[in-house]
Amino acid sequence: MSLHGRDVISIRDLSREEIEEILASARKMVPYAEGKKVMHPLEDKIVAMAFFEPSTRTRLSFESAVQRLGGSCITIADAGASSMRKGESLYDTIRMLSGYAEAIVIRHPNEGSARLAARASDRPVVNAGDGAGQHPTQTLLDLATMQESFDTLTGLKIVLLGDLKYGRTVHSLAHALALFGSEIVLSSPPGLGLPDEVIERLEHMGGKVTAEPDLRKAVRDSDVLYVTRIQKERFPDESDYRKVAGSYRIDASVLRDAKPRLIVMHPLPRAGEISPEVDDTPHAAYFRQAFLAVPVRMALLNAVLGEGKKGG
Amino acid sequence: MVRELKITPIKNGTVIDHITSGLALDVLRLINIQSLDKDSTVSVAIRVRSGKLGWKDIVKVENMELSPRKVNAIALISPQATISIVRDFKIQEKRSVDLPDRIVGILKCPNPNCITNQPEPVESEFEVIERRPVVLTCAYCERRVESFLNHLA
Repeated sequence: MSLHGRDVISIRDLSREEIEEILASARKMVPYAEGKKVMHPLEDKIVAMAFFEPSTRTRLSFESAVQRLGGSCITIADAGASSMRKGESLYDTIRMLSGYAEAIVIRHPNEGSARLAARASDRPVVNAGDGAGQHPTQTLLDLATMQESFDTLTGLKIVLLGDLKYGRTVHSLAHALALFGSEIVLSSPPGLGLPDEVIERLEHMGGKVTAEPDLRKAVRDSDVLYVTRIQKERFPDESDYRKVAGSYRIDASVLRDAKPRLIVMHPLPRAGEISPEVDDTPHAAYFRQAFLAVPVRMALLNAVLGEGKKGG
Repeated sequence: MVRELKITPIKNGTVIDHITSGLALDVLRLINIQSLDKDSTVSVAIRVRSGKLGWKDIVKVENMELSPRKVNAIALISPQATISIVRDFKIQEKRSVDLPDRIVGILKCPNPNCITNQPEPVESEFEVIERRPVVLTCAYCERRVESFLNHLA
């Protein structure tokens, strides 16, 4: 088993063992990600950041990860400034980039674009979000956050709150949680529930899935409250968005009956879903989650590109 | 005067037989009849007596040997259909349609935001994830497709 030279497009491309391997490596990367220790396995390697959609934390944490590993980046940070504006296809752009770098990290507004990029490139491609599709490194860093807090991923009870229909992070995360045998509690505004086909798939994998629209009840005996933003840009109809925007907010009263060890997670940016009063409680894990993006992406890039593990 | 109304044998071409009764017109859409040569006469028989099926439909396309890709796509809607290649009135080859593991270029992804619906040099591609009934997912965006006729390319 090796990730060396492999594309990482969807969390489904990774087995449970491979996910565990990345998480174990990410734990070791923490002091390097903090700059307390130095390592350079990607020295002389270039990673192309092909970001065709605005992104702050994803792009910066990938760039930070590459530089912490001693590599360097070339970056498309604005599709408008690339030759795609002149009508160049994504296929050609990626084909060209694969001649300039040892690996390509891509974010693109169209679903399936990362898979297309992987076919266009003879270098490994890592998906950093394709429209409403997949975002596997977000899932990995979510898992890393839970594992750091509880030392395990097995047997946790996790509430997924928010837009479970359009939210791209949630489907991948639910898949991974089912892989680890976690109990998933779904809590969403009307019309934004997890699609039936996704629930069926999770149950087929052996995941335990229940629904609890009453947030306070859902939180009571859970270990993780995973909050998502309702993304306006994913709604086909703006009136549907307005009906549900602002329909939930996590504050001290919601967490009153929670276990002391419950952690609140959020992929950020938040748009009012979590009150700032939660920030200073021991429950708040979202800033730690944002930091763990760096060691997790370091672990993944090192596995895909580093010298450590070849073959497989 | 006796007038023959049933469709007659063809000299050269393809016969699609044992089509599930009522689906002949859908088969025509699936093989994209508009794209065939103008000299390809197409005959359609709907609700023909069949020993095996009770009733069946038949499609005959003259002067045209359908590509395996098109033939296999017929398995999406009529898995018991058979294909005969006819040359000089003789059946040269007869076989069942065979649903492949991947359907390439026949269907259009129903997700308008899928990269295969953008101006990219790429054909649509679906993986067959269930066979009875047939369920496909887009090999690019992973969108699930269960009704195919609405999504012909």
